[in-house]
Amino acid sequence: MSGDDVQQQIARIYREDSRRILATLIRLLGDFDLAEEAMQDAFAVAVESWRADTIPSNPRAWLVSTGRHRAIDRARRDSRAAPLNAMAIPAVSPETPAIAALEDESGVEDDRLRLVFTCCHPALAQEAQVALTLRTICGLTTEEIARAFLVPVPTMAQRLVRATGKIRHAGIPYRVPSAHELLERLDSVLAVVYLVFTEGYAATSGDEIVRHDLAREAIRLARLLVELMPWANEANALLALMLLHDARRATRLSPDGDLLLLEEQDRSQWDANQIAEGLARVDAALRAGRAGSYAIQAAVAALHAAAPNAAETDWRQIAALYALLLSRAPTPVIELNHAVAVAMVDGAQAGLLLMDAIAARGELREYHLLHSARADLLRRLGRFDAARAAYQTALGLAAVEPERRFLERRLSEIRSPDSPKESPRR
Amino acid sequence: MQYLLLIYENEQNWATATASDAGAMMTEYRSFTESIAKSGHYKGGNALQPTNTATTVRVRNGKRATTDGPFAETREQLGGYYLVDAKDLDEAIGIAERIPGSRSGSIEVRPIMATGA
Repeated sequence: MSGDDVQQQIARIYREDSRRILATLIRLLGDFDLAEEAMQDAFAVAVESWRADTIPSNPRAWLVSTGRHRAIDRARRDSRAAPLNAMAIPAVSPETPAIAALEDESGVEDDRLRLVFTCCHPALAQEAQVALTLRTICGLTTEEIARAFLVPVPTMAQRLVRATGKIRHAGIPYRVPSAHELLERLDSVLAVVYLVFTEGYAATSGDEIVRHDLAREAIRLARLLVELMPWANEANALLALMLLHDARRATRLSPDGDLLLLEEQDRSQWDANQIAEGLARVDAALRAGRAGSYAIQAAVAALHAAAPNAAETDWRQIAALYALLLSRAPTPVIELNHAVAVAMVDGAQAGLLLMDAIAARGELREYHLLHSARADLLRRLGRFDAARAAYQTALGLAAVEPERRFLERRLSEIRSPDSPKESPRR
Repeated sequence: MQYLLLIYENEQNWATATASDAGAMMTEYRSFTESIAKSGHYKGGNALQPTNTATTVRVRNGKRATTDGPFAETREQLGGYYLVDAKDLDEAIGIAERIPGSRSGSIEVRPIMATGA
């Protein structure tokens, strides 16, 4: 084996194992920043000292152990004096951390799971949870995360520093939550994963490729969660939901970059393998017991994915699923989705009644999709003046370019002379 | 009578102080602490970690909500405090949510600065 091969092998270990190594070092050292430094040190030592015939038989364990020793040396050297509390009279001198506690190198997968729960701790702001998860679990660079979320790099760096600082100073624990709060804490982990996905999937502004990466990272994260917590049906359901949505990615925009509705998409271009996996996972999640909210949403996505065309979609069942979702955790956006499905089953007038009720409450006043959905029903009912007004409102609120073009296209279709009730209006 | 002396200041002053200025301030605090200990007034005292380490806990309709950051309402006023030993933030939050005031007000959980030797 040549020197190049050794370097390639180290690069491969970094790619495949650096997250596991980091997770274990964080447990051993109890500090994110120290662990990051220790891991970089360990890989630097490997690059310098490994030769073809001296590659350790268990490189991961070697790197963890080297990183830990480096960190301990470092800590001894610059015994970074913690800021003193001059308002208290010290009772005992500060203890050095028990070295024995650092010896346990078992349970690598547990380390990753602990890390997930620490990064998604509810005492951190959600945007910090997202950034920390992408940085620590997924291994994205600060620059990549900043670009994906369209914030300046220093802002993102500051967010990460603050988050690791809070974990250290506020004593956010590094462990899997106890049984009585596990499900609640899992919810906040899944919320972070889904947020990463929707950020990558829904928005069509910004750097398209980076955003696609976000959706992929979210799917990868969900796979990790399913692997680490096979009992967590909602994690499996979320994975299914994302796989089914993501399977349609290639068909969401026309060649000109225009947004295409579900009914306009070329279903032959949907990713069949991904849909098959998604359907199987939805099935498993639904069989496993009481369906959670991701399982219900995944079931809706499954009905869309399984329909041979838009007309043959089982809208009645979709309406029923949204009604079930509403009975669990009512939100105005789910109410809107329910209204859209009802319009497909019971006609535009029935859907419009529900949407008017949502609009009257005002929570979604700024949500362009409410206005464009209303406009669509008004158009179908032949109420073109009202439809036009609603499209105009939607256009005023839509921020993303393809969505704006879609709304303009709709508006111009109503303006066309064959609209029966078209009349000049001041 | 016992009195609680609350210290309000702009924490940015500490964050931006030079090492020697901060050191001088620490020394002054330490000698003040010693002087009121000697005179028999001292019952306890602590420097707090800055507000960006704070977590606010509220219980509404039996459900706990935690938010990152300090308590920031002007409609509510400081009404009391507990100093507790907890093994980590989760345990501290668990205690905070049991404080009766968490159901109508807010409990700010703020770590105490480590005691220096």
